[in-house]
Amino acid sequence: MDLKPLFEPRTMAVFGVSSSNYRHPANEIFTKNLLRYPVKVYGVNPRGGTVNGQAIHRSISEIPEPIDLAVIAVRADFVPDVLSECIRAKARSATVISGGFAEAGRRDLQERIVAIAQEASFPFVGPNCLGIYVPSHVDTFFLPGERMVKPTVGNVSFVSQSGGILVDHLIKFAGEGVGLAKAISIGNKALLGELDLLDYLAQDPATRVIAFYIEGFGPNEGRVFVQNAGKCGKPVIVLKSGKSAGGSRAVSSHTASLAGDYASFSAALSQYGIVEAANELEMISFCESLSVYIKPIQGRVGIVTVSGGHGAIAIDACTAHGIAVPALPEDIREALRKELSPSVRDIASLVNPIDLTGSGIDDDFVATAETLFAMEEIECVLALLLPYVPGITADLGAKLSSVATRCGKPLIAYVPHVEKYAMLIEGFELNGAPVSPSIEGAVLMVEALRRNRP
Amino acid sequence: MIKSHPDILRIIEEARGDGWVLEAAAKQIFSLAGFAVPRFTVARTAEEAHRFAGEIGYPVVAKIVSPRILHKSDVGGVTVGIGNDGRLAEVFERFRGLDGFRGVLVEEMLSGIELILGAKIDMQFGPMILLGMGGTGVEIYQDVALRMAPITEKDALAMIEGLKAHRLLDGYRGAAPVDRGKLTETIRTFSSLVMELEDRIESIDINPLLCSAGRCVVTDARIILKRISGTVSR
Repeated sequence: MDLKPLFEPRTMAVFGVSSSNYRHPANEIFTKNLLRYPVKVYGVNPRGGTVNGQAIHRSISEIPEPIDLAVIAVRADFVPDVLSECIRAKARSATVISGGFAEAGRRDLQERIVAIAQEASFPFVGPNCLGIYVPSHVDTFFLPGERMVKPTVGNVSFVSQSGGILVDHLIKFAGEGVGLAKAISIGNKALLGELDLLDYLAQDPATRVIAFYIEGFGPNEGRVFVQNAGKCGKPVIVLKSGKSAGGSRAVSSHTASLAGDYASFSAALSQYGIVEAANELEMISFCESLSVYIKPIQGRVGIVTVSGGHGAIAIDACTAHGIAVPALPEDIREALRKELSPSVRDIASLVNPIDLTGSGIDDDFVATAETLFAMEEIECVLALLLPYVPGITADLGAKLSSVATRCGKPLIAYVPHVEKYAMLIEGFELNGAPVSPSIEGAVLMVEALRRNRP
Repeated sequence: MIKSHPDILRIIEEARGDGWVLEAAAKQIFSLAGFAVPRFTVARTAEEAHRFAGEIGYPVVAKIVSPRILHKSDVGGVTVGIGNDGRLAEVFERFRGLDGFRGVLVEEMLSGIELILGAKIDMQFGPMILLGMGGTGVEIYQDVALRMAPITEKDALAMIEGLKAHRLLDGYRGAAPVDRGKLTETIRTFSSLVMELEDRIESIDINPLLCSAGRCVVTDARIILKRISGTVSR
């Protein structure tokens, strides 16, 4: 099945638009695509009428050109007929937004639409989903445009069983500067599921990182998923829910008790180098880090800061994740000391973490970063920045990023995320260095590089 | 493996009625598949038990054989270090009173580090292999490593290294180290067997797998069979 029309439609038909109820989900989808996206959009409703001054077509057969993507937001009972109509009219794909299928006890109805689509090799996403959002291409989410928070265009694609979790992550992506390639809400995943989207996104040139929110797999589907994800060549990150489910079943062997559903899930993921995010903070941190850096590291970092406390907290977080913070040898320390500004030279602690103290200035950071990047034992530098210290300027982000780019090793920064420090943060992010709003998050970004095994 | 040993499937089919393969039959299966097992017999009478103990020499281990007792230790159904005929007769008498008594398994007493080697057929991920520190405390310590079958040599070594207590296997405090090569091979043979039996089983516990400098021996095992509709199970 060709999934391209789902993501790059030139023409779109929205089923269910209403000439009287402007709040109908279909109307929202119709309007936002009409006004804000390059896709050519047509409304369909057997009752006809107009919407936004555009004529509503009574059937897809009345539309003067072939349809790439049908968006179906009609009552569940009508979906089988609409789907058949789309197939007869040679439409190329669909997203079924409507609920009222397996999730509401209508497994029969769901099986019917799957059978109809399978017979015609017709791809559809859903039902019971938000569908697809591809920045500046197409948006089948029925959420009013002004209510959505949109991340910048980037290289992370996100596939989610839950629409709400997906939209929440888009908000967080926007807040943390993680760029989005494609967002797909797969709902009941009646026909297209994680396996199909993994295959498609693995081949998609716009996607560099593939993130999933998964509640569970079908029989043996998890096995195929980890095997395919493990060899797809791109980082795959998975956030799983329902970790405690299934505990009530009677278990007759020690192995069955110790290898429960979630234990097996988690073990299979890590066996194939798939990065499991334990929670949303990990998900966002891993996405941000892996969207910039792909090369795996063993896990040896150099830390530079102006606060002993930040260094100490970072060391604790590194230790908890099994990340090493190797001490600087005496000769390197002495050489670095000579590079530092006079007011810092005598009071800085140069073992690792390197504490430049509150007197540290931009040049001291640059000299330290150059020293750390030059060391073979150090694979990655963690810069913990406190922009309220007088010697740090808003240019430091750009300055340190350029050192990292020159040295070819990853740089990860912590900067408190408030409007006032935005220029410093952008100095890092626009120059390819991820920034976390917490020390723990910054350490998780290092952890992502250690765990990913593409 | 099962192609060259049709007896493996025969033993499994014979156990269908019980829903699980009892220790003695499970050991037969593992023996056919190339695993080391202790010398043992299932004695129906105290005389049979004495005769076998006389052949292999004391001390011996005695275990209850009952399709109704899945966890033998929990009901006092395992006695180790039995040194003479009198003690063996006492144990035999006591076991006779346990639920579903079919006989007493008498076997040689071996030493080594107790590991658990297990399998579970997961709905989403298929056959999973588990290695852990074994014995009766497995579910308390929960020191285990879990992988999806098939297990490569690298996987097997990573599983061993992944145990918190793995240093115990390296010859901790003067003990002879466990034979890594043997253990790795045992894990991989087990993984192959499990993949062949995938459609017939639900889970397997080899606990303990007794590992020492020279060998890894299946000293106790149970195989829980997949419930097949129309078949009477436990």
